[in-house]
Amino acid sequence: MAQDPKIERLKRQARIKIQLKQFLAYLFLAVGALTMIGPFLWMITTSLKSPGAVFSYDRVWWKDWIPTQFVWQNYVNAWKAVPFARFYLNSIFVSICITIGNVITSAMAAYAFARLQFPGRDKLFFGYLATMMVPGAVTMIPVFILLRYLGWIDTYKAMILPGVFAAYGTFLLRQFFLTLPKELEDAAKIDGCSYFGIFWRIILPLSKPALATLTTFTFMGSWMNFMWPLIVINTHSKFTLPVGLAYFQSLYTTDWTLLMAGSLMMILPILIVFIVNQRYFVEGIKLTGIKG
Amino acid sequence: MKSSTKEAIAAYGFLAPNLFGFLIFTSLPVLASMGLSFVNWDLFSPPQFAGFNNYMNLFRDPAFWKFCWNTVYLMMAIPISMAGSLLLALALNQKLKGIVFFRTVYFLPTICSGVAIYMLWKLLYNPDFGLFNYVIGKIGELFHLPLRGPSWLTDENWAKPALIIMGVWGTVGGYNMILYLAALQGVPRDLYEAAEIDGANSWQKFWNVTWPQISPTTFFIATMSIIGGFQAGFDPAFIMTGGGPNGSTTTIIYYIFNNAFKWHQMGYAAAISWILFLIIFTITVLKWKFFGKAVYYY
Repeated sequence: MAQDPKIERLKRQARIKIQLKQFLAYLFLAVGALTMIGPFLWMITTSLKSPGAVFSYDRVWWKDWIPTQFVWQNYVNAWKAVPFARFYLNSIFVSICITIGNVITSAMAAYAFARLQFPGRDKLFFGYLATMMVPGAVTMIPVFILLRYLGWIDTYKAMILPGVFAAYGTFLLRQFFLTLPKELEDAAKIDGCSYFGIFWRIILPLSKPALATLTTFTFMGSWMNFMWPLIVINTHSKFTLPVGLAYFQSLYTTDWTLLMAGSLMMILPILIVFIVNQRYFVEGIKLTGIKG
Repeated sequence: MKSSTKEAIAAYGFLAPNLFGFLIFTSLPVLASMGLSFVNWDLFSPPQFAGFNNYMNLFRDPAFWKFCWNTVYLMMAIPISMAGSLLLALALNQKLKGIVFFRTVYFLPTICSGVAIYMLWKLLYNPDFGLFNYVIGKIGELFHLPLRGPSWLTDENWAKPALIIMGVWGTVGGYNMILYLAALQGVPRDLYEAAEIDGANSWQKFWNVTWPQISPTTFFIATMSIIGGFQAGFDPAFIMTGGGPNGSTTTIIYYIFNNAFKWHQMGYAAAISWILFLIIFTITVLKWKFFGKAVYYY
């Protein structure tokens, strides 16, 4: 290539421009990252301070962020203050039941809607779609009354069952099943495979990404759910973590070191799950965002 | 047996568990809720038919209108957060190293959302030793100004902005940023090349290529956020402000909760929930009708 000084200069300018752009992007991203992390750092610091140290600032600014004494005892005290272990178990139990129930029943219904012919199919599916627009607030009150009538208030059933049958899972999986190639199923049918066999041996194994997405979102949704357990549960020993934490807050309103230690203990498991599986989260979001 | 009959039986078999739950916990409750909105019922004495009284009272209820306004006001977080998501996605799309790190960090608030985070923010907004007024005070020290932050959550004028700031922090780097990033990566390269040949600068490329190309994503995020926004606000307000001060952070859903489960006015609560449904339904229909096509052929 000819060493034209003019071209050289233009190339150099372009390179500098790209570097400047990248530098600005990094700067912006770093400021953003600090804003995201700052509150968490404050949370960690507060959870490790001695109760008195929360209320005063140090003259040296970084000492406000790194306590001079690490009071690990706060965690022990928080753990003992309310039955956190019990709240954990309740949350795990309720979330797992909802997730398993929802994924299985949704997958079965989605298979019927996506692949099988039966009278009333399209009308029924339209009914499912239509109710997805209905806010949860509308069904919340009658479901509460129904559970009360059945005498199920303050039971695990009341927390679990309404969560199992969300129409969203059926919709998401149906859309995914429709994209799967039909040839494999036809071949299986010729070989005499039953409908259940096709569902179990062909559809489900091919749908792992969609199933993983639904599992993740359903689990997280029920793990975080605050309002419904708050409505149907009265006994402390049946509280899930969010409700338990709110109860903890009502007991220790200004005991910030304890409250932050308790909050961190709630966040930690989900944080670990996320950092390990973050790739699936990202893929899952893209998958659910397609429908727009 | 005919194979089509066999298929139909199998289909109903697959559908049965989900359909059963769907009927019990979704479709029948929707109808029941409609019926409930026409009665007065405190759960203890027998329900009394009220006709349209619940709806009439609702329109005359100044608290309801105030809480509607609160709900809409709090949705100011949506455009701010969306603009932030897009900016972050644009920065992440510069083919930089460490994207996974940044993406993980930005996603933290979304992952950890919930009661624990609301408790943290209650601490951050503490007027005397929270992070916000600490930073404001430090800035004041730096410039020798007597800066003092507001009392945030206990101040009627600052409680809503406080919740908006928290909302933006919580959503800016979450789902929306990832959807935007995916959309940006999906814009065809040759469109940019063509624009460059025409001598377009970065700004022109953004407005004439990027923005129209990602408009379906913008539309999707906006619709979903607005629909979500009308139903939002219970958890943070319950933990951080109890709906106060002076009802300034009570949203529609919070009012439904209070009516149903605190004051046991089941009929009134059901009526509010139907108004909420109506609002959501109208927005969905209107948006699709007027903006649906324009977005794609811009």
